[in-house]
Parts: sequence; C-alpha cells; structure tokens
Amino acid sequence: MMLLATEPTTLQVVWYLLIAVLWIGYLILEGFDYGVGMLIPFLGKTEKERRVIVNTVGPLWDGNEVWLLTAGGATFAAFPGWYATLFSGLYLPLFLILVGLIIRGVSFEYRAKNPDARWRTTFDWMAAVGSFIVSLVFGVGFANFIIGMPVALAEGSNHLHVFTGGFWSLFSPFALLGGVVLVVLFLFHGANFLALKTKGVVHDRAEAFATKVGLVAIVGGAIYLVWANIAYGFGVLGWVLALLAAVGLIGSWLSIRAGRDGRAFVATTVTILLVAVWIFARMWPNLGFDNSAAAVPLDRVTAASTELTLTIMTGAAIVFVPIVLAYQAWTIWIFRKRISTKNIPDDVAVAA
Amino acid sequence: MSPETIARWQFGITTVYHYFFVPVTIALSLMVAVMQTKWYRSGDEKFLRLTKFFGKLFLINFAMGVVTGIVQEFQFGMNWSEYSRFVGDIFGAPLALEALLAFFLESTFLGLWIFGWDKLPKKLHLMAIWLAAIGTMLSAVFILAANSFMQNPVGATYNPLTDRAEMTDFIALLTNPVFLATFPHTLAAAYMTAGGFVLAVSGWHLARLNKANRTDREDADVSAYRWSAKFSAWILIISGALVILTGDFQGKIMYQVQPMKMAAAEALYETAGGNGEMAPFSLLTIGTLDGSEPVFELQVPGVLGLLAKGDPYAEIAGIRNLQEQYAAELDAGQFNLPVDGSENALQAAYADKLRTVGVTNFVPNIPVSYWTFRIMMTLGFIAMAIGAWTLFTLRKGGLPKASPLWNLLMLTAVLAPLFGNSAGWIFAEMGRQPWIVAGVLPTASAVSPGVSAGEVFATMVLYTLIYGALAVVEVGLMTKYVKAGLPSEVPPVEIKGEDDVLSFAY
Repeated sequence: MMLLATEPTTLQVVWYLLIAVLWIGYLILEGFDYGVGMLIPFLGKTEKERRVIVNTVGPLWDGNEVWLLTAGGATFAAFPGWYATLFSGLYLPLFLILVGLIIRGVSFEYRAKNPDARWRTTFDWMAAVGSFIVSLVFGVGFANFIIGMPVALAEGSNHLHVFTGGFWSLFSPFALLGGVVLVVLFLFHGANFLALKTKGVVHDRAEAFATKVGLVAIVGGAIYLVWANIAYGFGVLGWVLALLAAVGLIGSWLSIRAGRDGRAFVATTVTILLVAVWIFARMWPNLGFDNSAAAVPLDRVTAASTELTLTIMTGAAIVFVPIVLAYQAWTIWIFRKRISTKNIPDDVAVAA
Repeated sequence: MSPETIARWQFGITTVYHYFFVPVTIALSLMVAVMQTKWYRSGDEKFLRLTKFFGKLFLINFAMGVVTGIVQEFQFGMNWSEYSRFVGDIFGAPLALEALLAFFLESTFLGLWIFGWDKLPKKLHLMAIWLAAIGTMLSAVFILAANSFMQNPVGATYNPLTDRAEMTDFIALLTNPVFLATFPHTLAAAYMTAGGFVLAVSGWHLARLNKANRTDREDADVSAYRWSAKFSAWILIISGALVILTGDFQGKIMYQVQPMKMAAAEALYETAGGNGEMAPFSLLTIGTLDGSEPVFELQVPGVLGLLAKGDPYAEIAGIRNLQEQYAAELDAGQFNLPVDGSENALQAAYADKLRTVGVTNFVPNIPVSYWTFRIMMTLGFIAMAIGAWTLFTLRKGGLPKASPLWNLLMLTAVLAPLFGNSAGWIFAEMGRQPWIVAGVLPTASAVSPGVSAGEVFATMVLYTLIYGALAVVEVGLMTKYVKAGLPSEVPPVEIKGEDDVLSFAY
C-alpha cells in the first residue's frame, strides 16, 4: 500500500538528487549573475565600465535563470506535495523573489535601449536591488529549510500540508545570518567572475573588491557553518563538508589576492556546491519541513509523484539534461573572451 | 471577497498580461528566422536590415514575456496549493518538461543570437534563431497539453488512498483531443498576432514614405517594407483561415467534452434542435442583469448545430437542461461532463468524492462566456480584413496614403488579434468554471488554505502596479524603435584582434 510506505523508492531518491543538482546549478550560475548585478553601480564608475560589467553576464543570465525554473518545475512534477506546501508557505518571500527577478530581468534587457543617463542609472539600480533581494530572500529561505519549517495538515484535509510557522517566524537570527551570508557569498563569487571575464580598470577593481569581500565571506561563512553544524548538524559528514567549503573560500581568497582569477572563481564555485550539498543532505528525508506537529509527515515519500510519472520524467531527464549541459557549456565557451571598455561600441542614438 | 475570488483575479490579471507577449514571441521569432534565412541565402542586404529591425522589436517583447512568465510557474503553488497537490502527478510533468526542453533552448540560443553576430559563423548564427523559435513552440506544446488536461482530464484516474488524480497514460495527455485542437488553434492565432504586428509596422512606414522625391535610402526602405508588409499580410490571412478551421474542429470537441461551455458561449438556455428542428446560432442575445435568462434574442437557425456537431438539425443541450442533468447525475454518483454517453475515467472515478464536496451550480458566467466568444471571432475577422485590404492597396506597386484612417487601421492590425487572443483565453478559462479541472476539482476547493485573502489581495495590487509601470516602459520603447525604422546595416565581420569593438553589446 502506497500510504503505508515509509521507505523511499529508488526513483524518489533519484529525483531528490536531481532536484538538488538543479538547485546547485542555479546557485552557482545565477550566483555570479546576482553578484555581478549587485556590483554594477559600485564597480562601474563610467558608462562604458558599467556596460562592460553588464555585458559579462548579458548573453548568459537568461539561460542561467532557467535552472531555477527547472528546479521549480521538477519539484512540482516529482514532489507535488513539496511544491504545494513550500510555495504557499513561503508566499510573501516568494513574491519578493518574483519582484526581484522581474526588475533585474528587464534591467539587463532594457538599459541599453536608451542612451539617456537617468534611464540607465535607474535600470542599474533596479538590477542591483533585484539581485540583492533575490539573494537575500533565498539565503533566508535555505536557512529555514535547514531549521525545518513547521507544517501540519490543512483543516479538513488528510493530505495537504500547510506551513504553520507564520511569516515573522522565518526571520530567526540564524535565518537572517543565512540571508546576509548568501548575499556576501554571491558578491564574492560575482566579483571573481568579473575579474575573470574583464580586462583593464574593471578587472582591477573587481579583484580589489573580491579581496575585501572575500574576508567578510570567510568570517560570515565560518560562523554560519559552525552554527549550522552545532544546532542542525548531521554528524561527521556535515563537519567534513563544512570544512571543505571553508577551504574553498579561503583558497579562493588566496587565489584572487595572487591574481589567479580563474582559480578563485573555481574555488567559490566549489564552495557553493559544498554548502548546497550540506543543505540538501540536511533536508533529507523531511524536505526541509518540521513534521513534529503533523499527523501525517510531509516527506520524500508522501510528497512524491507516482512511479509512472517519475519513470517518464527520468527518461526525459536522461536524454535532455546532457544535451542542455552541452549547449550551455558551448555558449559559455563562445563568450569566453575577457572584455574591456575598448570592446564596447559607442552608443548609436536611435532616431526619432 | 473570498480568497478564491481574489486568487482568480490575480491569476486572470497576471496570465492575460503575460499572454500579451507570448503570441508575438512564438510567431515573430520564426518570422525573423525566415527573414534571416532569406538574407543568408540571397545575401540581399534588405533582409539583413529587416532581420535586425524586427529582431530588436522581438527582443523588447521577449523580455517582458520572460519576466512575467516566472510568475506563472510559481503561482500554482503559491495561490493554488490544493490544486498543485491534487494534479501535480499529471500537471507537473509538462511544466518541468517545458523548462527542460523549451526554456533552456530559447534562452540559451537567443543569448547566442543576440551577442553572437560577430562570434559565430553565419550558418551557426542562423541556426541559433531557428532553435530559439523552435523552443518557443515547444513551450506552447507543453503548456497547452497541461491546459487541455484541465479542460478534459484524460490519461488519469483518482486514487482515494492519496486523494489525488494520478497519471495512467502519458501518451493520452499528448493525444488529448482538446490538445490536438487547441494547439493548432493557438499557434495559428499567435501567427495572426505577429502577422498583424509586422503588417502594422511595415504599413505605417510605407504610408510615411509614400511621397515624391524619395532618396535612394528611402527607396530601399520602401522595397524592404513592401516585402515585410506582403509577407505579414499573407501570414495574417492564412493563419486567420487556419484559426477558423481549427476553431471549428475545437468547437465540436468542446461540445463533446464540455457541453456546458458551448451552451454558455451561445447563451442557449433551453435545449434546441433535433427532431427535424434546427438549433439557432445567436447573433445577439441580451440576458437579464444576472445573466440567468434571455430578454432579447437575434438568431440564425441551424448554425449552432453545424458548429457543435456538423449537422444543422442536431439537438444541442441547453444550460438549464445540463444543470438539471448534472445535478441528478451527481446525486446518483454517476457524474460525467460528456452527455453523449462517452465516459471520462477521472470524472467517473472522482464522482463519489465530488458528491461529498457539495457542488450545486454547474453553470459558468454566461455573459462573459457569450461575449468573449463573440469578441474573439469579431476581432479575428477584422484583422483578416485589414490583411486583405493591405494586399489590395499594395497591388501593382501601389502604396498606402498616410491618413488618420490608415494609421487607425494599422493600430487595429496590432490590437485586434492581440485582444482576440485575450478574449479567447478568457473564454476558455471562464467557460470552464466552476471547475479548475473540468468535472473533477471545483475551483473553490483548489485555493491555498494557508494563504490569507489579504496576502493575495496585496500581491495582486502590487503585481498590477509593477505590470502597469512595465507596460509604460515597454510601449514607450516599442514605439521609439518602431518609429526609428530600418537600421542601415553592414554585414557583421568576425572579430580578430583583442581590442576590436564588439558589433553588438548591451
């Protein structure tokens, strides 16, 4: 009997892992987008410098954002119970994220469409604020998954769970720290990316900024990881992951100080990966929910789709995930060249 | 207002707004791909200038579609958590597949197309826009398959243990007769919209350039706009004809699986036709204020029977008769939306549970269904007429004369198909009420229980404000770039030196 099952099937495990992979892809790829977005008004002193910054992510950001959409869609398809309770439970935070994504998305696309200085300054700040909101809220959100969001069955239902914590419960000290740490981590990751992708004055400024923000990331990240392991840890593996993440952060900082942009960027990438692995290991098997008040738990078994749906989705994933990875990697390769203000064409005023 | 009503308004506002950008995205991407292909094949600079010009307009539109589209994927879970839980086993898969197969394709290859003019060989660069265009169409496949499930829930059954709908047959989802009718209908309507858009832009410029003593550059512009005006007028007319054909097919399927929707679309209160009588098609019906009874009716006999069953003498079920029949069937636990004896497995399996939910009214909002159906058709015919008139004007080297009337016609060519699409979708979704999954889950049961009316209301107001501001920005940019007209272009060259200026940058 389906209802009595408490042990996950192979496909449920596979889909949990795949969703973790999608989130990790999103955090790594959009992580540098958000960092770059936040840095536009600060590291670009002239219009051409700001355009250099925008153009490092210009061809990539939209494809990177699809990782989030795919993670959301995969959660809906593979674990409808998880999707339903999470998205309705985090109603206002998700609204903030949507607003952030909307304003930064139009900014990248529209800032260049009008040479007016005020127009561009407005969109630069929208990109920065949007990227900041999304990073901050996701940081708070993931910290809450670590803590465990309390859920219970909805009134009159034996199957639908609702979040019972209330909006303000989401802002515990640990969650707030999580928000700040993710912002700082993305700033570090984004500055490393900028340093790697630019030449000249923007490159030098990005490197100098990464050296400073890297220290903050190391201190903040250390507090966060130690706190997480002591309060919400899961044994030796958790400590090992945290230690490796710390090594990644420090390695990145040492690399950027030595002018090794590529190595620094790889190191923050690995750090994000390890922290995300820590979080998803912690979220197993309750999907980031606290079921202590739930008559029926909301977990990887009760939230899951049928084996038929998971089988079909697995087939699609086996065929298409490698294809997507191949053409996205190819795109990054095509746009691999560093750019500087010398590469940026002059504005051509639009007639009329 | 109940949370359900506000959540429905929020869905309506965000979805209708999102769909202002979708049809143009779907069809204009392919039209631009055709223009670039013509340039690739002929080397004629005219087509490169057209590609860049309409490509830019396409991208202004595309950005809005992207940012408003994310809201769509999130709001099922945010506002409709019981719906998401109840149908996620079936409905989630097409959404995930849309992201995996369509969104990655269109976003990645559009990025390559926009920034790749001087980085990719011509052939690969051309391939990028084609793949992006294919991505937009794939997206339509999955979303329409998902929506068709809501109209006619096939390939699924009800599992009382998990209290949800579960998939039994994935292929049935993709061969859902509603999907097979809706996909070509929606796609053709998208081509009408982009066709109307390109026609309007080209037609407006042609009238502007219709003057004596044109410069060489202006002569070249006329030649390019003449091509795009004819190309788009033909697309508008041909896709309009396809919309009619597929709409007719869709009407027959709709009558089979959602007879109440057809009755509401016609404001047909009492069963009509059969036994040698003809069911009338309503040209104009004015009902009482609450829409429950007709006051005045102007009708053409036989047309409704033709629309619904392909037979002028067919018997067509009326609203009151269906309401009585459904109420009686539900009492007996034998509930099914089709009245021709066919059975929907999910509806039949869920009937027992549905009885405990207590649905009593099976009638959608009649004035909304009736009028959106007619507005949709009227706007479509108007758009086609403008397409034909433009072709007539351009025959034998003719050019339109600049006049307020011509400008009005061109504006109508943009807006008529656009709002026709909106009307069609409002009809499809409002006509499905009171169901979120036809004949299974009532919309009222689907809302998120943990979300307050205040939260939904506040976010609805904020979405509306943000979308309103974005509309001002987008229409402003669109107007500016339309007025600027064709760019003077030289073919791109491959970058060689480190410090060479990029041919395109944000």
